[in-house]
Amino acid sequence: MTKMALFLGCIVPNRYPGIEKATDLCLERLGIDCIELEDASCCPAPGVFRSFDKATWLTIAARNISLAEKLDRDILTICNGCYGSLNEANAQLKEQPQLRKKVNEHLRKIGFEFRGQIRIRHIIEFLSEEPGPEQIREMVTNPLSLRVAVHYGCHMIKPSEHRIIDSVERPHFFDELVEATGAESVDYADKNECCGAGGGVRSGLHEKSLEMAGYKLSIIDEAGIDCIVDACPFCHMQFDSGQAELNDLKGTEYRIPVLHYTQLLGLAFGYTPQDLGIDLNITVDENLTHLWS
Amino acid sequence: MDSELEEILKNENIDVLKCMQCGVCSASCPSGRHMTLNVRKLVRRASNKEFDFDEDDLWMCTTCYTCQERCPRKIRIADAILAIRSKAVSEGFIKSQHRDVARMLIETGHAVPINQENIDKREKLGLGRLPATVASRDQALDDVKKLLVSCGFDMLVENDSNE
Repeated sequence: MTKMALFLGCIVPNRYPGIEKATDLCLERLGIDCIELEDASCCPAPGVFRSFDKATWLTIAARNISLAEKLDRDILTICNGCYGSLNEANAQLKEQPQLRKKVNEHLRKIGFEFRGQIRIRHIIEFLSEEPGPEQIREMVTNPLSLRVAVHYGCHMIKPSEHRIIDSVERPHFFDELVEATGAESVDYADKNECCGAGGGVRSGLHEKSLEMAGYKLSIIDEAGIDCIVDACPFCHMQFDSGQAELNDLKGTEYRIPVLHYTQLLGLAFGYTPQDLGIDLNITVDENLTHLWS
Repeated sequence: MDSELEEILKNENIDVLKCMQCGVCSASCPSGRHMTLNVRKLVRRASNKEFDFDEDDLWMCTTCYTCQERCPRKIRIADAILAIRSKAVSEGFIKSQHRDVARMLIETGHAVPINQENIDKREKLGLGRLPATVASRDQALDDVKKLLVSCGFDMLVENDSNE
């Protein structure tokens, strides 16, 4: 199995540390050789920073990538935004020598160099490939009987260039990993639609961004599910904190638990919601614990 | 087209002139459902000389990339929007909220930095008080700051069209 370095990003360690804990527990249980990528910064986030200045975006991304190159490990991301940024920057810098030269001129000032030697992996894509859903199913100790709304999020699958995915319009690799825990992935309308957070919209046009989240939440709520499972802390924040904001603003009564895939898998490995920080979400369903006990 | 914008799109290998105005992009756009963003028209304005860089629509795109995936002319539309945004930013059209996020990176190396509430959550989970990122590594944060200065990002962020 490939040796990995875990890239934390911003939102996981600084807003949803439960996802960091759940990731540590799951990787350990799965026997994956993964260490934390120390000294890393923001990926940087594709929405604001790539919009602002491509050279800055590439240079900061290249520094993060070269931290892993020094360790001779591939980067493992647990966020669609980090994956989108680092994967795209990695591909562009590998393919375009002129661009790489320019970025390396900046990196030289801190004694770094982008060499183009590693791959960027998203944890869902990584777990699908190695060990794969069948092996995960065999390792599950506490099969879950949950109905789940799977949310892929945009940058796990798009743009399809430079990504390993089964289908852009009807992907199923994430659903398979969810179902490996015993849970049922429930189909719903506009499943692949954006949560509304990306591209700087959540920060720049907050109310409109919430409206987009509200649209998806309304469909998910009608599907009669126990929880949402995502693989991106920004989508996660948009759905978790967005529910509370919408309830305040629009008088809705959403109370849908939102779990990162590593938290779902952690439950299937027998860890409690408290071990995995699920109880530290903004939207906490009091029935949560009893659902999977 | 604004010659500088034309240059930027050309450097990115994006040819908006291939657009036949079929509208698949707009029909696929989630922001178009909830906001005034009309991607088809945006691409047309980018092809003509009608672009106002101060328009809000430019910042309604969530970069979901559905338009780009579905474009029958294979125009990298979302990438074009990002390129056009950078031109707007270079002219000082920056939303105050985005400027705040950018300043956060300059100051802390994270777009979303740690706060006390989450230090408490980390401790409760048995994680290190601070993550092993630039949040707890002075030398690493210093390197990131040096790179941001080297790229001129600090100057760019403080550039304001109203001044």
